Amino acid sequence: MTSTDWDPSKPILEIENLSISFFTRLREIPAVMDFSCTVMPGEAMGLVGESGCGKSTVALAVMRDLGKNGRIVGGKIKFKGRDLTTMSEEELRHIRGSEIAMIYQEPMASLNPAMKIGAQLAEVPMIHQGMSKHDAWELARQIVADVRLPDPDRIINAYPHQLSGGQQQRIVIAMALMSKPALLILDEPTTALDVTVEAGIVDLVKDLGHKYGTSMLFISHNLGLVMDVCDRLCVMYSGEAVETGNVVQVFDKMRHPYTQALFRSIPLPGADKNSRPLVAIPGNFPLPHERPQGCNFGPRCDYFQQGRCNAADIPMDTVPEGDRHQTRCLKWAEIDWDAPLKARVTKEKAKIGKVVLKMEDLRKYYSVSGSAFGGGMKKVVKANETLSFEAHEGETLAIVGESGCGKSTFAKVLMGLETATSGSIMLFDENVESTPITKRNVDTVSSVQMVFQNPFDTLNPSMTVGRQIIRALEIFKQGKSDEERHARMLELLDLVKLPRAFAERMPRQLSGGQKQRVGIARAFAGGAKVVVADEPVSALDVSVQAAVTDLLMDIQRENGTTLLFISHDLSIVRYLSDRVMVMYLGHVVEMGTTDQVFQPPYHPYTEALLSAVPIADTKVERKRIVLEGDIPSAVNPPPGCPFQTRCRWKSQVPGGLCDREMPPVQVLEGGHQIKCHLSADILARMEPVIKIAAE
Amino acid sequence: MLMFILRRLGVMMLTAFALTFIVFSLTNLQPNLEKLAKSEASVRMTDDQVVSWIANNGFDTPMISRYGQWLGVVPGWVKTMEDGEVRGRCIEKGADPAAAPVRCGLLQGDWGVSTVFKKPVSQILGRSLGQTGWLMLAVMLVMVPTALILGVLSGMREGSRTDRVLSTGAIITTATPEYVSGVIFIALFASATVGVSPLLVHLGLLGSPDALFGARKTLFMGTATSAMDHITFWNFALPVMTIALYGIGYIARMTRASMTEVMTAQYIRTARLKGVSFRQVVMKHALRNALIAPFTVIMLQFPWLLNGVVIVETLFNYKGFGWTLVQAATNNDIEMLLGCSVVAVFVVLVTQLISDVGYVFLNPRIRLA
Ligand SMILES: Nc1ncnc2c1ncn2[C@@H]1O[C@H](COP(=O)(O)OP(=O)(O)OP(=O)(O)O)[C@@H](O)[C@H]1O
Ligand code: SF4
Ligand code: SF4
Ligand SMILES: [Mg+2]
Repeated sequence: MTSTDWDPSKPILEIENLSISFFTRLREIPAVMDFSCTVMPGEAMGLVGESGCGKSTVALAVMRDLGKNGRIVGGKIKFKGRDLTTMSEEELRHIRGSEIAMIYQEPMASLNPAMKIGAQLAEVPMIHQGMSKHDAWELARQIVADVRLPDPDRIINAYPHQLSGGQQQRIVIAMALMSKPALLILDEPTTALDVTVEAGIVDLVKDLGHKYGTSMLFISHNLGLVMDVCDRLCVMYSGEAVETGNVVQVFDKMRHPYTQALFRSIPLPGADKNSRPLVAIPGNFPLPHERPQGCNFGPRCDYFQQGRCNAADIPMDTVPEGDRHQTRCLKWAEIDWDAPLKARVTKEKAKIGKVVLKMEDLRKYYSVSGSAFGGGMKKVVKANETLSFEAHEGETLAIVGESGCGKSTFAKVLMGLETATSGSIMLFDENVESTPITKRNVDTVSSVQMVFQNPFDTLNPSMTVGRQIIRALEIFKQGKSDEERHARMLELLDLVKLPRAFAERMPRQLSGGQKQRVGIARAFAGGAKVVVADEPVSALDVSVQAAVTDLLMDIQRENGTTLLFISHDLSIVRYLSDRVMVMYLGHVVEMGTTDQVFQPPYHPYTEALLSAVPIADTKVERKRIVLEGDIPSAVNPPPGCPFQTRCRWKSQVPGGLCDREMPPVQVLEGGHQIKCHLSADILARMEPVIKIAAE
Repeated sequence: MLMFILRRLGVMMLTAFALTFIVFSLTNLQPNLEKLAKSEASVRMTDDQVVSWIANNGFDTPMISRYGQWLGVVPGWVKTMEDGEVRGRCIEKGADPAAAPVRCGLLQGDWGVSTVFKKPVSQILGRSLGQTGWLMLAVMLVMVPTALILGVLSGMREGSRTDRVLSTGAIITTATPEYVSGVIFIALFASATVGVSPLLVHLGLLGSPDALFGARKTLFMGTATSAMDHITFWNFALPVMTIALYGIGYIARMTRASMTEVMTAQYIRTARLKGVSFRQVVMKHALRNALIAPFTVIMLQFPWLLNGVVIVETLFNYKGFGWTLVQAATNNDIEMLLGCSVVAVFVVLVTQLISDVGYVFLNPRIRLA
């Protein structure tokens, strides 16, 4: 509209040598340095990298919204040939929302809680195209239908809190599309959502991108997602772009050691945990003001060469045969990129022993009050329904499911933080079911321990690491004297592979991964027999996840611990577990060995879950099954099969049985359990979701 | 919503009973009654006489029964004196006992008679509440818009110079009690010897019939007594400002806090990045969310204002509710005090209700019950 002199064969967005700093009282923090990238019309550009590498900063710089202390200190950002860095507020205002739109991570926080959805949407064309209120609302209705939300009339008259997270994110997308922008910036748009919901949103974004010819800048730390959505990508490390190129090229023929290390640290389907172990990137991410001289990645790089890599700043270099493929590495031409991974000492799998934990018909109901002002009707949330399973010594049992499926409730009941409504839990033949943790004897408490999701919340910030571990030892009555406990504490630090000097450190001096290790050390302080790990790595960066995962497995191998691994990340589950239990709305819908669960026949929900997980491997073909709608609320579960509202196999069950009756548990060969009405021959005909293309 | 209001009203009634009962028992303690007896009958009464006076005037029944009588749910006491005269709570002197009503209390509209003003309490309350009503109205009209505008202005751009200046001002005004600011105001603007008035007189702007500000000796008037008949800017501004100033600082700070919080919210960034102008961001997106918290505060400010009213009305000799309350308290006027406390309790509870309902209305997230 505004720029008529712009030639559509030229790039939409050209970022040239952009440098951004934040100015704090102490120092200048160079968050982004010498960053360049180009987005062509209709192209989707991915921006990947670990937390804190400056992805969001780049995005906000494009919007020119760096806040009070952020400033662009060098370079240009050209949008349709015009330099955004020198534009006035007024000019920017005309571009924001109409030509460039941005979507960010938390949908709930991005919507105004006191304004109706329709009003928030209609505002955009009213500002930018001077559209009348009536027309704008009409357009809003239409776009709401476009983002595949049911019942648009109800939705535009709703307030944000009346929608689910997935619906809100769709509204945010609708808002960004209201004036058909030329460039859409998405900053981790699905991180807060469940995988099956995420799959729906990603599909939507891709389709709408094609439909409107919108260019995209897609920020994510998930390589699989980037492969799904983007044509090109740019890998960032510590404020710099280290490699850019087209997705297939970068994935298959990466030419930067960091990219390679990143790929080696994520579990891929089809790769066996013993033959292709996860390799963590050693060391830590440098803070912006502590960057090394020369190559930023130098201290963690396997190919580092003294005197060359740390001599001077390293420029971007073009890889000749590539498609605008560039890398910021001096030695890219010398490295043998196809060299096989150093075969790791194959570790003996721990022997699976006798049953240590047995649950039978466990139920946990919560009653909640209905209305905001107290009173009202009491409602019952069925968080867990008739759970039965056994776990053996030395085994890893994964519990998989999306938010609200009852995973964490289950963990709490097992830990004794909540009492079960009915059923029994046998721990080494002792019935712990209705004994709250305060009444359990020290032995039971110390033999069941937990590693929490967020390592930042579980450590006491004002106590040294060593002291906290010793506290745990005291509670579990380990060791006879202080000296003995101190020695044991140092052993535990060794166990979790932290330097002994860390005993004197405060939690704030540790990185996320290191904190999680302290959490693990504490969990093992009492010689735990059963460890419940509730999403132990999901708050960590990919390069650190691998190390923590491996650590858990090593400790398990040594101590024969039973590990209950709660996660929504199927790649990691497949990588480390022996058996898998899939939960949906409080029910176990499928249970079996890892191979059984990851191969057909599947429970229809498992099938959808598997197909929703993005995979960062160009050789993997994946069947897309996008589930409609959201997960029903546990307060008001559907009648019959819990999954019936979203199941694509429902029509294969005769007589509408799924709507009426809770399906029975079918036991297939090898003890593989599936809770579904589908007949055995239909189950047998199911096709695998993931196929590895022949090379 | 209706259920919510009804439930709220129920709780309110209970609170009102509890509070009035407490006030009733405190004002009707034995020492107070003795004082009353002496001041009503004769200061030189013997102890025996005091006791019989108390009995003859119906103060010897149990506290709870007297409370019931006062409310008008229990029949008023009736007594036949030694001389054959029939006295009773509801029997006026010299009237026919048979024609008198059985109950007379709040519910029957009989609030008793003030011993100081020698008039029915309801009449005095009505008049003084009317006076105070005008004062409050003026205070609200000045205070609320000023405070909100100042709060929003300073919270809109946190840390800017406007913000720093306004915040400092707000802290100073809240830290200054009404009796201090009132005295300062009088000294500055309503004294013929110090402040601005002598200066204006000197400049010829004041003090002669054809001067700009009139023939008065002072710019503003130091008493507001004349405002009871006829409110003008000159006689009303100082009392109003004295009360408002304190509230302005307080509400402005609340508004600022809530505004700064809202301005950093993610959805404000969304709006900004939609291309909404700064003005519109503030007006359409921030304001309503930012006003939720101060709204409650403003409503809770009403009871607080009563406090200021007492001081200011006494200071400026304005015969409103606060002044009446002071008179009643210093002169042990039990019925009057009780009447005042009923009014006070009522004001507090009603503003509470309004604040709750308004909160629900402003905040769509809890608009469900
Ligand atoms: N307002 C700010 N003041 C000071 N430093 C900041 C500010 N915002 C970001 N930074 C710093 O800039 C660097 C880049 O941050 P940025 O938010 O862009 O990272 P990111 O790649 O988006 O990370 P994530 O994946 O966690 O979102 C970080 O080191 C961060 O600490
Ligand atoms: S320049 Fe040197 S240190 Fe940096 S990535 Fe390349 S090989 Fe590694
Ligand atoms: S029982 Fe029916 S609805 Fe439930 S998963 Fe099986 S086929 Fe789907
Ligand atoms: Mg970010």
